[in-house]
Amino acid sequence: MAVKKLSKEKLGEALGELSKFRLIAPAKSDDVVVFKQIGDAGEAFLGYGNSTVPPKKFAFPQTETLFRFVVGNPELNEKNVEEEGTTVIFGLRPCDARAMAIVDKLFSWDFEDPYYLKRRELTTLVGMACVEPPSVNCFCASVGGNPFGTEGLDMLLTDMGDYYLVQELTDKGKKLAETLSAQLEDAAADDEKKAEQMALDAKGKIRRSIDTAGIPEKLPDLWENELWKKVSAACLGCGICTYLCPTCHCFDIQDEVEEMGEGRRCRMWDSCMFGEYTVHASGHNPRPTRKERTRNRINHKYSYYPEHFEVIACVGCGRCINLCPVNIDILDILDQVVDAS
Amino acid sequence: MKNPYIPYRVNIIDAWYEAPGERCIKTFKVTFADEKVWDAWSHKPGNCAMVGIPGVGESMFCISSSPTEKGYLRFSIMKAGKNTSALHELEAGDSFFIRGPLGNSFPLDEWKGKNIVTIGGGIGQAPLRPVIQWVRDNRADYGELELIYGARTSEDHCFKAEFEEIGKSGDCECHLSIDVEEEKWPHFVGFVPSLLMEVAPKPENTIAVTCGPPVMINFVLKNLEELGFTPDQVYTTLENRMKCGIGKCGRCNVGHLYVCKDGPVFSYAQLKEIPEAFA
Ligand SMILES: Cc1cc2nc3c(=O)[nH]c(=O)nc-3n(C[C@H](O)[C@H](O)[C@H](O)COP(=O)(O)OP(=O)(O)OC[C@H]3O[C@@H](n4cnc5c(N)ncnc54)[C@H](O)[C@@H]3O)c2cc1C
Ligand code: SF4
Ligand code: SF4
Ligand code: FES
Repeated sequence: MAVKKLSKEKLGEALGELSKFRLIAPAKSDDVVVFKQIGDAGEAFLGYGNSTVPPKKFAFPQTETLFRFVVGNPELNEKNVEEEGTTVIFGLRPCDARAMAIVDKLFSWDFEDPYYLKRRELTTLVGMACVEPPSVNCFCASVGGNPFGTEGLDMLLTDMGDYYLVQELTDKGKKLAETLSAQLEDAAADDEKKAEQMALDAKGKIRRSIDTAGIPEKLPDLWENELWKKVSAACLGCGICTYLCPTCHCFDIQDEVEEMGEGRRCRMWDSCMFGEYTVHASGHNPRPTRKERTRNRINHKYSYYPEHFEVIACVGCGRCINLCPVNIDILDILDQVVDAS
Repeated sequence: MKNPYIPYRVNIIDAWYEAPGERCIKTFKVTFADEKVWDAWSHKPGNCAMVGIPGVGESMFCISSSPTEKGYLRFSIMKAGKNTSALHELEAGDSFFIRGPLGNSFPLDEWKGKNIVTIGGGIGQAPLRPVIQWVRDNRADYGELELIYGARTSEDHCFKAEFEEIGKSGDCECHLSIDVEEEKWPHFVGFVPSLLMEVAPKPENTIAVTCGPPVMINFVLKNLEELGFTPDQVYTTLENRMKCGIGKCGRCNVGHLYVCKDGPVFSYAQLKEIPEAFA
């Protein structure tokens, strides 16, 4: 597929062109960077590290209606995702795009999830390569990712100084490039070479790493190991590590009754780190303490997911490390897994 | 493709209490409101469905009728919380909603030519009922059928009339128990695992299927081993908290398996490999 360039002067014009779709881009909201729908190109804030809330919320919203009903006379109305329209997520990090590719596997497994899959079909992902690692706790390269990775992306932009190198990666990316034909120019002959070198340099700048070889196979044998108690001792059970993880996909389903007996059945993000998550109707809880819940979290990402989908359900974005209020560090847990016997 | 989150409406054609009390059990016999749903519908013994009322919620129940019983489905529901209490308010003529069939089923084809013994406790008899009905409706395909069933008191026995009828039919032997002595109770007194040892079914060419509260299952599995049953001759169902019922919400896993999708039916051989199964 073709490689083009977009001069920084034309970025605003390009975003303006894209705003005929539902355009999602990182933007400042108070002091944090969030992905949100932008109307005006000036709102986009591309010089960011990584967003606090991952852009997964545009495929898998924090709360979404599955259908509407009237209590007592339940004429069920299915929600139509198509009304949300064609969406472009602009400027997301390669790890977050890769996370979506990983979660796609679950939502298309056996039973297809029509809400998620329809949104994914309607969405084009335009990535921004990480020339510098966005955080000290990035470790994407340890889990099969890459600061210039393209998995899950339709188009990748690389900041070359005065301009962005624009790589079309899929048919959707190609279509988007056609939309931007007035803003894109041909790239210089040696641009791709330069970008390759930048990718190598970027990988070298990642400070944290873990050798994941053997971890999925080893975890089942560590079920009764005392390490789980140790690594979960400080945990508050707040759920941040899972809520804000781009590969976490667990949800609850609840009915909300509004006015005049009308209501909606909706699903919302949930977390296996919450005590109530697995409580049976009898009151029995198969994962009664934070030890069992932390063990489940790590096993889900590093053992069960690879067992089903041959990929670790962690992209090394470092959010769970950066945002845990008591500094629980997944790499530290994994180090202990590696050392345990 | 059908949206797996959208339930079908079913109409209650009959409803009755199996057991009284605080945790009473009510059986509902239902048909689909939309006749066309029958054309696409097929289930097997062991399959479940998410059952609920929009505005109240949904929870998982096994389909307690066999596919050989045509034209209706049955659910036998114990009052345990908000959703089940709301369902218990419903009578013939009312409707509720179901999503299904969900989950796997008992491998009844593999069991052809074998003897079958079912060991149930309390509401745990509900998933066993379709197995028993299936074997009775395909009698020539299977060897001997033996039923072991216990509940707290004689009033708590589900499907009483059916047990009587089965006992008289000569189809199979029924062994019943209650936990504590009652006047005029002609059968065993004690817990189901003890009744199992009393009956002592022979393991040769036999499949044992057990459902009930987790403590009961634990003891039954041990006793079956003592009787010489190997783990691949023993089947059970697992229960877990559920929301989606289709392997997406992540809630019901035991190890790498999802009870809603890979279960509820598991062989003991399979469960021995999963550390979390009996937590
Ligand atoms: C495979 C399978 C088969 C089953 N078959 C049968 C059967 O045939 N008959 C039978 O009687 N039972 C059966 N059960 C058990 C039955 O599903 C539960 O007992 C039932 O869900 C509890 O009743 P409820 O929905 O009224 O509980 P409620 O407490 O009203 O729960 C309603 C919903 O809210 C959730 N919930 C409950 N407590 C909380 C809380 N503290 N916070 C947030 N959410 C909560 C529940 O998970 C449920 O989805 C089966 C269970 C499974 C897993
Ligand atoms: S963010 Fe930290 S404290 Fe909160 S649940 Fe996760 S590990 Fe526990
Ligand atoms: S587990 Fe932590 S590092 Fe891995 S993807 Fe989730 S938030 Fe990022
Ligand atoms: S109930 Fe959602 S994964 Fe099993």
